[in-house]
Order: sequence, then C-alpha cells, then structure tokens
Amino acid sequence: QSDRLLIKGGRIINDDHSFYADIYLEDGLIKQIGENLIVPGGVKTIEANGRMVIPGGIDVNTYLQKPYQGMTTVDDFYQGTKAALAGGTTMIIDHVLPEPGSSLLTSFEKWHEAADTKSCCDYSLHVDITSWYDGIREELEVLVQDKGVNSFQVYMAYKDLYQMSDSQLYEAFTFLKSLGAVILVHAENGDLIAQEQKRILEMGITGPEGHALSRPEELEAEAVFRAITIASRINCPVYITKVMSKSAADIIALARKKGPLVFGEPITASLGTDGTHYWSKNWAKAAAFVTSPPLSPDPTTPDHLNSLLACGDLQVTGSGHCPYSTAQKAIGKDNFTMIPEGVNGIEERMTVVWDKAVATGKMDESQFVAVTSTNAAKIFNLYPRKGRIAVGSDADVVIWDPDKVKTITAKSHKSAVEYNIFEGMECHGAPLVVISQGKIVYEDGNLHVNKGMGRFIPRKPFPEYLYQRIKIRNKVGGLQGVSRGMYDGPVYEVPATPKYATPAPSTKSSPAKNQPPPIRNLHQSNFSLSGAQIDDNNPRRTGHRIVAPPGGRSNITSLG
Amino acid sequence: DVICRQIGEKLLVPDGTRTIDAYGQLVLPGGIDVHTRLQTPTMGMAPADGFLQGTKAALAGGTTMIIDHVCPEPGTGLLVAYEQWRGSAESQACCDYSLHMDVPRWHESLKEEMEALVKDKGVNSFLVFMAYKDRLQCSDTQMYEIFCIIRELGAIAQVHAENGDIIEEEQKRLLELGITGPEGHVLSRPEEVEAEAVYRAITIARQANCPLYVTKVMSRGAADVLAQMKRKGAVVFGEPITASLGADGSHYWSKNWAKAAAFVTSPPISPDPSTSDHLSSLLSCGDLQVSGSAHCTFSTAQKAVGKDNFTLIPEGTNGVEERMAVVWEKCVVPGKMDENDFVAVTSTNAAKIFNCYPRKGRVAVGSDADLVLWNPKATKIISAKTHNLNVEYNIFEGTECHGVPSMVISQGRVVVEDGNLLVTPGSGRFIPRKTFPDFVYKRIKARNRLAEIHGVPRGLYDGPVQEVLASARAVAPTPASRMAPGAGKAQPPPIRNLHQSGFSLSGSQADDHIARRTAQKIMAPPGGRSNITSLS
Repeated sequence: QSDRLLIKGGRIINDDHSFYADIYLEDGLIKQIGENLIVPGGVKTIEANGRMVIPGGIDVNTYLQKPYQGMTTVDDFYQGTKAALAGGTTMIIDHVLPEPGSSLLTSFEKWHEAADTKSCCDYSLHVDITSWYDGIREELEVLVQDKGVNSFQVYMAYKDLYQMSDSQLYEAFTFLKSLGAVILVHAENGDLIAQEQKRILEMGITGPEGHALSRPEELEAEAVFRAITIASRINCPVYITKVMSKSAADIIALARKKGPLVFGEPITASLGTDGTHYWSKNWAKAAAFVTSPPLSPDPTTPDHLNSLLACGDLQVTGSGHCPYSTAQKAIGKDNFTMIPEGVNGIEERMTVVWDKAVATGKMDESQFVAVTSTNAAKIFNLYPRKGRIAVGSDADVVIWDPDKVKTITAKSHKSAVEYNIFEGMECHGAPLVVISQGKIVYEDGNLHVNKGMGRFIPRKPFPEYLYQRIKIRNKVGGLQGVSRGMYDGPVYEVPATPKYATPAPSTKSSPAKNQPPPIRNLHQSNFSLSGAQIDDNNPRRTGHRIVAPPGGRSNITSLG
Repeated sequence: DVICRQIGEKLLVPDGTRTIDAYGQLVLPGGIDVHTRLQTPTMGMAPADGFLQGTKAALAGGTTMIIDHVCPEPGTGLLVAYEQWRGSAESQACCDYSLHMDVPRWHESLKEEMEALVKDKGVNSFLVFMAYKDRLQCSDTQMYEIFCIIRELGAIAQVHAENGDIIEEEQKRLLELGITGPEGHVLSRPEEVEAEAVYRAITIARQANCPLYVTKVMSRGAADVLAQMKRKGAVVFGEPITASLGADGSHYWSKNWAKAAAFVTSPPISPDPSTSDHLSSLLSCGDLQVSGSAHCTFSTAQKAVGKDNFTLIPEGTNGVEERMAVVWEKCVVPGKMDENDFVAVTSTNAAKIFNCYPRKGRVAVGSDADLVLWNPKATKIISAKTHNLNVEYNIFEGTECHGVPSMVISQGRVVVEDGNLLVTPGSGRFIPRKTFPDFVYKRIKARNRLAEIHGVPRGLYDGPVQEVLASARAVAPTPASRMAPGAGKAQPPPIRNLHQSGFSLSGSQADDHIARRTAQKIMAPPGGRSNITSLS
C-alpha cells in the first residue's frame, strides 16, 4: 500500500454541504481537494464514480475492555476496532472503567497500553468516575492537562458500586466544569432499581425479562431530568450516554428548549431494535440483549429516537459496544442481576442509522454525517481534525454506497460474540471503501489492518462548541445580594434546646444505610445567662409577640 | 345538633329556630384548609399563631376545618408527637380539625407506628420530605419503602418536593458569595429544584403504585410536571397554597429586611410574576385539585434569628384566613372557574381525598352543619392591621378581594357574623379519617390487580458457563481511597455475591500455563452442543 491516494469523482458530503471533487491524501492527511488536482505520478487512484465520500464515523461509546467479575468483553481493542472499520467507523472513544477503589490514572494507563498495542483505528478515551474519593481532583487535573482526556462519565445507577448521590454529582459537576471537561452521565435511578430487583427476584422472576422489568423507562427519564436539573444549576454542559427510551429522549428535547446545554446519545441498539426480545423463549438470545438502560419493550421507540436524531434534539450516535459471549452471560442464568451487561453495535452503527433515518427520508446525507461523525468531533474537541473532509484534516474517509443491501447476521459479523442483536435485519447503505490514516483498510469486504496501528488522539479541554456559551452565561448569570440596612429590630432568643438532638440509635438506624451524624449547629453554645430568672415559672412554649422591645421600636419593622 | 337536617323550600321547622335571611348570597360548604402548621416548632420556637389564633383566623376567612401537620422532633416517636398535637388542639382549636403525620426519617419501628396511627388514631395521610438534608430528608430508597407501607395501609402519601442535596450545595455557594439576606433563600431554591423533586416523587410513587399528594405547589415548573404526569396516568394530586396563588415572590428583594423575611417559606414563592396566574388556571381546569394555606407564621423577632444567614430564617407564611378570598379573587372573579368549582377546590376535593366526604365538603342532609354565607359583592382589603393573626406582616398586604364570607357557621353555631368572632377555644372536634378513600384508592386497587407480572417459562439454560474468577467485584476496596468527601456517609458493604463460593476444583489443571484472561468462545462444549444456544 502506498501512503498516497487519489479519490476521483466522488461527491463529498460534509455536515453543512456537499459537492463533487477529487481528494488527494498523503501522509495520513487530506492534502488537496478540488478538480484536476496536480498530484505526483504513481499515485494509487480510486474511482468513486459519483458515490458519496464522507468523513469516517466516530463511535463515541465503546467498552472494549470492560471488566466484569474478573473477565473482559469478548471483543478486545483488536477485535472491536476491526469490526468498527468494517462498518465505516474510523475512530472510537472508549470508556476507561476503573474498579471502585483503584485510581483513575492507573486504570487510564492500563487502557492506554492495551489500546496502543491492539487498536487498528484511531482512538481516544473517556474516563468513568466510579467513586469520588480524596485525591481524585488532582488525578482529574493530570488527566485533563497532561493525558489528553476531556470527558468523564458519572453514574446515577449501580447502587453501592458506582452510584453517586446528588451532592456528589453537584460537587463532581462543579469541579469538572472548572476543568473544562465534558460531563457524561449514565442516567438511571439506582435506588429504585435496587428495590425493583429485590421485588422481582422475590416474585421468582430470574430470567432476562426481569432486567427490563426492574429498569422501567420512567426510571431512566427521572434520572435524566435530575441530571439536567443539577447541571443547569451549575451552568455546565451535560451529555447523556445511551438514550434508550422515548421518555428519556423527550425529557432531553424538552430541556433543550428551555436553555440548558444538554446532549443526548442514542446507541445502535436503541435505534435499530427493541426490548421485546427479553421475553424470548431462548434464554441465550434474551440474555444477549441485556444492557443498561435496557432496550425499551415499546416497539415504537426506534422510530421515535430516529426522528429526534433527525431534527437535532439528539445529536450523536454511539454503539455502547460491550459484547459478552453466551457463556459469560450465562453467569446470570439463575439471576438476571448477574448477567453481564452489554450489546454489540460498533459495526452496525452507520448502516443502522442510514437504514432507519436516511433511507426512510427522516434525515439527509449531511445530517447523517453530522450525527455519525461531525457532532461527536465538535463536542469532544476533535474538530476539524476529525469529522470533516477538508484540507488539513486526517485522512479518515469512507466511500459510502447507499444502494448496497446487507443482511446483518452473526455468521458474517466481525465481532466474536455468538449472537447479533440485529440478526436478520436487512440494511440499506454500507461502506464500500474505508480509509483510515490515509490507508485503505477495508475494500470489497476485506480488511487490511495491522494490530496496533491506531493512534491515541489526545483531546483538549474547553471545547468551543460547548464552552463558549457557558462562559458567556457565567458572565451574565452572576448573583447579587440586596444591599439593605442592618436589621436592628428585636430578635427572638432561641432556646438552647438543640434541634439537632441525636435520637436514640435504635430508632435511627435505617435499614439501607447508616445516617451520617447531623450537622453541628454552630449557633448552639454552652454559654447561658446563669442564675434563676424571674419568669422561670412560666413555660416558654408559645411564641412571644414583642410589642415594645427594650430600646424602643425601630422603624425598620413597620410597613413601608 | 351540628348536622344539616333538612334542605328544600318551605321547610317545616320547630319554633324558636333562628332564621338567617341569605338574600341571594351564596351558601357554601365551609372551607377545608388541608395544610396548616400551627404547632410545628422551628429551632425550638413555636409559631406565632397557635391552634387558638390560627383556627380563629380560619373561621374568620370562611374555613371551618383544618388539617394540621404533626411534625415530630427528631428522636420523638410519631405517636408521642401525635398525642402532643391532640393535646394542644383539644384545648385550643375553635373549629374541627384533623391531623397529617410527617415522617421525618426512616426508623425501624416506623411501620408499627404508622399502622397504629392508621388503625386507632384516625390518621390517613403521611408526609415525607425530599428536602432538609440530614434532618428530615428521605433517600429514594426510603421513600419507596415508606410509599409501599402507605399503599398497604390505604393512606395518602404526601411529599414536600424539593431536592435537598442541591439546595444544600447552593446554600453553601450563596453564603460564600456573601449573600445572606432573604433573597438568598429563593436563589438557593430555584424552581427547577422543585420541579425535579416532583418528577422524582411521582416516578417513585408510580413504581410503588401509591397515590401521591404534592403539598405546596409553588412554581410553574412543578405544576407543569404534575399536570404532565397526570396525563400519563399517575394518581397524583397537587396543592397550591394561598401564597403561591396570591403573593408575589419579588418581595424577597425588598429593601425592608423584615418584609422580605416574612415571605420566606419552602418551596419559595416564585419570583416569576406570571406564576400565580398560571397556577390559578391549572387549579381551574382540574390539573391541580386542592388549595391549602401552609399557614405557619413567625413573628419578625422570630424571623430575625436568621438576620445574618438566610438559612436560619424560620420558614412559613400566613394564609389560613386569606385562602378562600384569594382563590375567589384569582379564579372566580376573572371567570376562570365557576362557583361550583370554587367549592370543589376549597372544600369538596379535600374532603374526598382525605376521606371525610360527604360529612364535610358538601351541603346535604346528614352532613356536618359547617356552612359559609358568601357575599360576592362585598369588598375587603387584606391588611395586617385588620387580620386575626399574631404576626406583624401579612404577605398579601393591600390585596383587594371581591368576595368575603358574611357569616360562618361551624358545628351549627354562628361563629362569624358582621366581622365579629364568637368562638369558644376547645370547641373544635378531632375528625378521624378512615383509610382507603374511594376517590383515590379505587384506581389503585384496580391497578394492583393488573400490575401482576409474570416471568417467561423457558427451559433451563444448559449451555457453557464462564467460570468466574474468585477475585470479583465483591472485593472490599481500601477504605482510604473509597471515602467520599462530599457524601459524608459511610457506604455499606457491597451486596454479597451469593454465587461466589469457597469451593473450587482443587489440583493443578492441564491448561494452567495458558493465561485465562480473554474470552473463550466455546465451539464444541463437552457433552455436545445444546440446541438452546443456537439461533432459532
């Protein structure tokens, strides 16, 4: 393979407009765009014959190394990125998931190393904050400033494991905003899920349908609502990963109309299939669909989400690719809460979006480029290096054939899992040629990749696409108190009986968690006016109306 | 005999009956104020209006029954607090009353106490708090559990809906910014925080299939969420209060500290001036059902405890006396609702929800003789100079109301006539309320029957199962790294993994030298491939 490529006669599609031109690629970059380009001799030429040439896809949500009970997903960085390239995705952003208790930096290095040696396409990393511990601030600063990470995910679900309380979310959001990071949220109400899981297991329901029953879409919508509320208090952008249900998507759409900076990411699974399969008689098939938030059992969901994606209420598509083999899923064969969570979708993402949204006339080709690539590049600060066909951008280019029809099946997919949740789906639109870093990696159904050829793409903080508005809102949103004269009227003397009396421990212990000690009342004091008082015999219960305070009545208390 | 005996024209009555000529004025069932706090202490201070003063004011405004909130101090049992409230109301209340019970926090004997209250004490409504962190606030899990108990008992779950976690952070931030006046109160409790909690409360109640009643709907956002969820089928009721219907939240920015402080209540009165109009519209169309007052007054001297720190200002506004007149003025006078709707939102709906219908809330033979003669032609200007309260400020000061009660009859006796109060302290009776009000529970019962879920009967999975390494996720992390600084609460140990076992196949295995990290795709399991794993 040569490092120089000429794509002739293609129709270039960017998120804003499309035009016919030739593209000349050299050294992994796009060098020239135009007609009748002057290129060196001996350059390999690809005839596009008027087909669409689009920026390579960016998959913003993959878990190619997610650990679960000591095992990892069946698709590692090698297998997973091969599948990505075969589907027209030339960059992934993978989630680093530290085990609670291990440090973010160590985990980041572990993922970085694994991806560096195995990944076949460019990649970047999100870091998931699985617990909010002392010293995390310093680590986050290092990650943002030196390691090229600008996005962090927090969890509102997985009680007692990853879940953060509202106070912790507030604190984390505030700090991440000061770093200029993108805040990703896994939005589900973990408290209620834990309750529902208990209830459903008690009823004797142990199969994968219990997964969907214990995580109804209301709980997803509730958490989305809460995440947006917290973010809008802090005036920070918030990005909801895995939008799986109609109600959650509607909450995002509604909130955007009121002003908060919210972004939503439906995934391949929620766009392409539904949750009715949880009730399949075939356990292994039902288990293959287990992911969180679950696929909605409402079959109209994919259509609705595609419509919102087309109109811009949702902005980005991911895959949430995190497949486990049937043997791994079978860990939960007697208890749905033990089934490792994750579905496939990295390879199918572009084609599913095309088939469900473009082929049905919901969105045009430019919008397709926006939701599969450009918006992601803008939000995560990769633009215009990625997400655009322009001189100087990376040579990640896909020649797309809208007429190609392909049936998705586990027999031909690149992933290592036995089940494909899109099995049997006939899709219009598929990549013909995929070029990554200026090299042809996929052509005529054949992959030409080397393990480890993918580069880590560092990302800078404060992406303009998000933070320009935030900065202005910060300036105009300043709070000011009222300057008023000191209140000099009478002040009721608070009896020294503390409101924060510690009740007897037996009545106080909650079944779920130990309550923290109440806040110390700083106004409480041991100081008291000693000696018996003249009114000691009067009970001090009801309110005193002080009509004529000593020193005379001040006019500040009278009505103006 | 305190009961309406006959209704009709040309009635036959015994001699010596006093005749009141209504001259075409309206005769309404007496108002029911579903939300008062006449005895809830804050920082050891009792409210300025106790049961005596509060019920006097209620009667003067045309309200003949109140439902007061019992708020146990942390550490006191619910029953003890209930008896305290009964005790003081017994000797002081001038009108009939009933009691709601606040559930300050989860404790072990809670269920028994709630059961006792419901069975023997005539309480059928319980309030949980989503705000007041570390004092009264319940977590989502606790709310779910309490709601489940309430549903089993057939009571009404009430909720004070505000996100306490966010409020606390905002309070900290504002105090750091140097904002200490009453405006900090409203800035730290923006309406999104109320709307968020309403949404969450309804979500939890739906999961628990428990009817929910949101007290003090103060903002557009909260009311809209409630209306929207009703449309989706939730059994939920909303209670705007006199203050949110008639007062203006911009007074928090008043230069007069004492005046600004008088408006402090939670959730705060919205600074958006279109709020009261919006809420009265929703009340008129039935999206909100009940009007309360949340009457809980503190004198200026008491409010001044928080003169240097808005978080210490005792919360509560007046409204028990003004409620009927304000609802009339905001809803009936502009033509949003008719007189019948007025009766519904001031009296009947409350009686239905809290199960004292048709004894209260209706003018009918056999109902209690609680009546109001309403004069829609008279005009009154609300002022602290003329109100029947102990506080110096009236938050509705200067509001002109077209429509006043000209006579109030409670328990068959005339208690208000020509502006004069003729009351006897302690004449009010406790009205016990039964469980499972039809108005609320008929739907819940039907849904309970429908909500049964079934698993899928399927053959046992007999394919290969990945062996889980014994390390696993139940590993206890080192305490130092795990401590969350913000939460300040100790995390309970993770759920025990019941699948983990000490049993292992001992001895070295043939494949010990092969690393066991990556996934194994088992193509031909021993014993042959079972058809349950293959694609159908």
